[in-house]
Amino acid sequence: MSKMHVKLNVNGQEVEGLAEPRTLLIHFLRENLNITGPHIGCETSHCGACTVDLNGKSVKSCTVFVAQANGSDVTTVEGLTNDDGSLGVIQEMFREHHGLQCGFCTPGMITRAHRLLQENPNPTEEEVRFGMAGNLCRCTGYQNIVKAILASADMMNAQKEAAE
Amino acid sequence: MKDELTQDQRSANLKGMGSSRKRVEDVRFTQGKGRYVDDIKLDGMLFGDFVRSPYAHARVTSINTEAAMAIPGVVAVLTAKDLEPLGLHWMPTLAGDKQMVLADGKVLFQGQEVAYVIANDRYAAADGVEAVEVEYEELPVIVNPFEALKSNVVLREDLEGQTEGAHGPRKHHNHIFTWEQGDKEGTEKVLEEADVVAEEMVYYHRTHPCPLETCGCVASMDKVTGKLTLYGTFQAPHAIRTVVSLISGIAEHNIRVVSPDIGGGFGNKVGAYAGYVCSVVASIVTGKPVKWVEDRMENLMTTAFARDYWMQGKIAATKEGKITGLWCHTTADHGGFDACADPTKFPAGFMNICTGSYDIPTAYLAVDGVYTNKAPGGVSYRCSFRVTEAAYFIERMIEVLAIELNMDAAELRRINFIKSDQFPYQSALGWEYDSGDYHRAWDQALNAVGYKELREEQAQRIEDFKAGKTRKLIGIGLTHFTEIVGAGPVKNCDILGLGMFDSCEIRIHPTGSAIARLGTISQGQGHATTFAQIIASEIGLPADDITLEEGDTDTAPYGLGTYGSRSTPVAGAATAMAARKIRAKAQMIAAYLLEVHDDDVEWDVDRFSVKGAPERFKTMKEIAFAAYNQAIPGLEPGLEAVSYYDPPNMTYPFGAYICVMEIDVDTGEHEIRSFYALDDCGTRINPMIIDGQVHGGCTEGYAIAMGQEIAYDEMGNCKSATLMDFFLPTAWETPTYTTDFAVTPSPHHPIGAKGVGESPNVGSVPCFSNAVHDAFRPFGLVQSHMPHDHWRIWKIAKDLGLHS
Repeated sequence: MSKMHVKLNVNGQEVEGLAEPRTLLIHFLRENLNITGPHIGCETSHCGACTVDLNGKSVKSCTVFVAQANGSDVTTVEGLTNDDGSLGVIQEMFREHHGLQCGFCTPGMITRAHRLLQENPNPTEEEVRFGMAGNLCRCTGYQNIVKAILASADMMNAQKEAAE
Repeated sequence: MKDELTQDQRSANLKGMGSSRKRVEDVRFTQGKGRYVDDIKLDGMLFGDFVRSPYAHARVTSINTEAAMAIPGVVAVLTAKDLEPLGLHWMPTLAGDKQMVLADGKVLFQGQEVAYVIANDRYAAADGVEAVEVEYEELPVIVNPFEALKSNVVLREDLEGQTEGAHGPRKHHNHIFTWEQGDKEGTEKVLEEADVVAEEMVYYHRTHPCPLETCGCVASMDKVTGKLTLYGTFQAPHAIRTVVSLISGIAEHNIRVVSPDIGGGFGNKVGAYAGYVCSVVASIVTGKPVKWVEDRMENLMTTAFARDYWMQGKIAATKEGKITGLWCHTTADHGGFDACADPTKFPAGFMNICTGSYDIPTAYLAVDGVYTNKAPGGVSYRCSFRVTEAAYFIERMIEVLAIELNMDAAELRRINFIKSDQFPYQSALGWEYDSGDYHRAWDQALNAVGYKELREEQAQRIEDFKAGKTRKLIGIGLTHFTEIVGAGPVKNCDILGLGMFDSCEIRIHPTGSAIARLGTISQGQGHATTFAQIIASEIGLPADDITLEEGDTDTAPYGLGTYGSRSTPVAGAATAMAARKIRAKAQMIAAYLLEVHDDDVEWDVDRFSVKGAPERFKTMKEIAFAAYNQAIPGLEPGLEAVSYYDPPNMTYPFGAYICVMEIDVDTGEHEIRSFYALDDCGTRINPMIIDGQVHGGCTEGYAIAMGQEIAYDEMGNCKSATLMDFFLPTAWETPTYTTDFAVTPSPHHPIGAKGVGESPNVGSVPCFSNAVHDAFRPFGLVQSHMPHDHWRIWKIAKDLGLHS
């Protein structure tokens, strides 16, 4: 099958490559770019393990063609680590509150939580639960994930206040 | 030498047992730096994908691979004919049966592997799968095990005429085994003479562990060295190495099996699957690494279902409610092949723990295994072998008996619990329970939830309902479960002849840090965190200075892997024992350095000090250096130890769970108002991780009880092969859990730990189910099968005439 040229900005880096028109974004990220944070759990948009940020919106990269993402900004969990290599706030709070076990859903969870907190910096527990309902976890029962996201919101707000 | 820190401070610095140490795994996982099997990329790697049967029972009359081979990127297509000369078209199962690797003349379940396409990338492999032409001739389908035992249709033609199976006589051509335990005549006599007998059919439906990461592998045969490396989602990497060696003929030292990070297992990743065999063959044939990763549909349709037990029960009691006998006959639907993952001598696993937490003097259990046109498996979905089935059975039978006696089910449990002074307790079906204090746990639980007040509220609600003031009922679900985990003693537990011991090797480095390797493999349980805590407490080096490795058979000591809550009971014990060997040698080194006799030093958190002179001591760190630096007469240099631990008995964790559920009679919807989980897993290693395990296990239990199911239609079509149809609760539906604990250490485990990972699945399923039943008990409901999805609950209400 003939290939097309695609260009993306992934985690702040300009990247380009050749892909079949049918190539899914998740496969391009994982196989062409070796960005293996986003995972494949279902390929039907149900589990959210492949969640990435596409132009400021959460998408499930298993149901987006890379061709559709051509020219876009993509953020994966790898892009949420601080510049000095330390854990970003949400990553740190997931660790602090035991918000992960096997780690397979975690990149999608954290990437989704990142967008959720951009959209709603002061969510209630109910809003977190609703906002995260597109991401499945088989290990944690979500209780500590919810706790971690609420703690992240508090910490991010405190950091914002301190900066102002 | 002066030491500024108190004993408690030094102890806290170790982050040893009892501390809620943060997980060391999380720094990688939160940054997307885990290394799961699909992340492995080797030079020249090819991809495998299966052609699968659309029929549940059919003859395969022809397979044409020509069109597939013409597709760009397709390298080869394997069928049973290609595997036959190698003797690999069939493979042994863990249950003593055999299973087709690729369809050998017929298929027995929908989704069965028919051909294996190898291609340059996964897209080309999928194209190849589409292009393989297979002709089928449909055969009559049997999806019901009771029909299978009456039908003239022979499912397993390969076994025709064989009246003896791996577990004794076969009564019918679709029958696999009968397994009997306990006293049949004695139990029948008790049932005949009893004041009260309650009888019920309890069905535990077919479901699936469905870890978020599916099963997969990468096989890489190095033709130069003759060494096969097999990366995969294996819960038992060492056993997989032995199995691969036995069925492939490759010498075991020339096989390296690696379990990288595993994205959840829950029993799904214990077995050996056709994908592994085909990938190994494909790598040998092509000389290139071959990756196979199943998709979600393949995972749900073909690899390792769980449960599917029809349990006919009779329970006898006195008028006062003292249970006198228990009878159970189970019809077990194993699908097309018996691929259960149970210890060899236990074809129905530990189903004979079905007397539960109760002192039942006489009992009898029989299990009949049956072939049907459904997927093979029968693994333990987050439970020790068939223990959830057993716990569900007894916890339902107790409720049914409570109805028969018109008694409160909490009180009925209380008067039948095994008493704390009866331990070690010999059960009527052959187990020796190690320790427990059920009455204490039960009272703690009932008090915590305000049981009396809940019953009063429920009674008021029923009045209101009858008066037309509300359409919602309250259900109070009770469960007291006893698990049997930590398989197990080598004398009665093996898998394919491999005794179920486990192992740990610890090496102390000169600067006082260490590496430990175990025969188990974490799939999210946090072994790298918790096993280091055991070592920290045992040898006084900080957990943060201890690396833990598992899953590489070239470096880790042999062990049987992680499932059946066996890691802490078995490998955790090995860890403590290996650490104690190190401490014993350290004692001699310390005594030498302190110039006293070995017996004149004593252990003190992180050091040996001279008895009566605590200011004279050598820390473990100092001792470690001395082990590599001093020529000590009579002692070899170095400081390392290995322990292979054969547990003297299983461990018996237990718990008391209480669920309060609101049910809308008109819509069948439910709301979990509260869920209280008290677990007694003996000594607690990391309370944070225990809580996390309980949250996760209860959520799996919630799914199973309230909606999750692998369902088939009469044609054998799997109706629940995607996450659209197979219920995995989201953060929105999932309840919030209140956890609690009690501690009754195991008397035979070196650190008294019993294991906890699977308790919440075992305990929560009957708890949720009992809550549904309890809500409708005043209106005459005795038994209704899971899963209790909205439609089924609505149907209960309708059948009870509550919809007027």
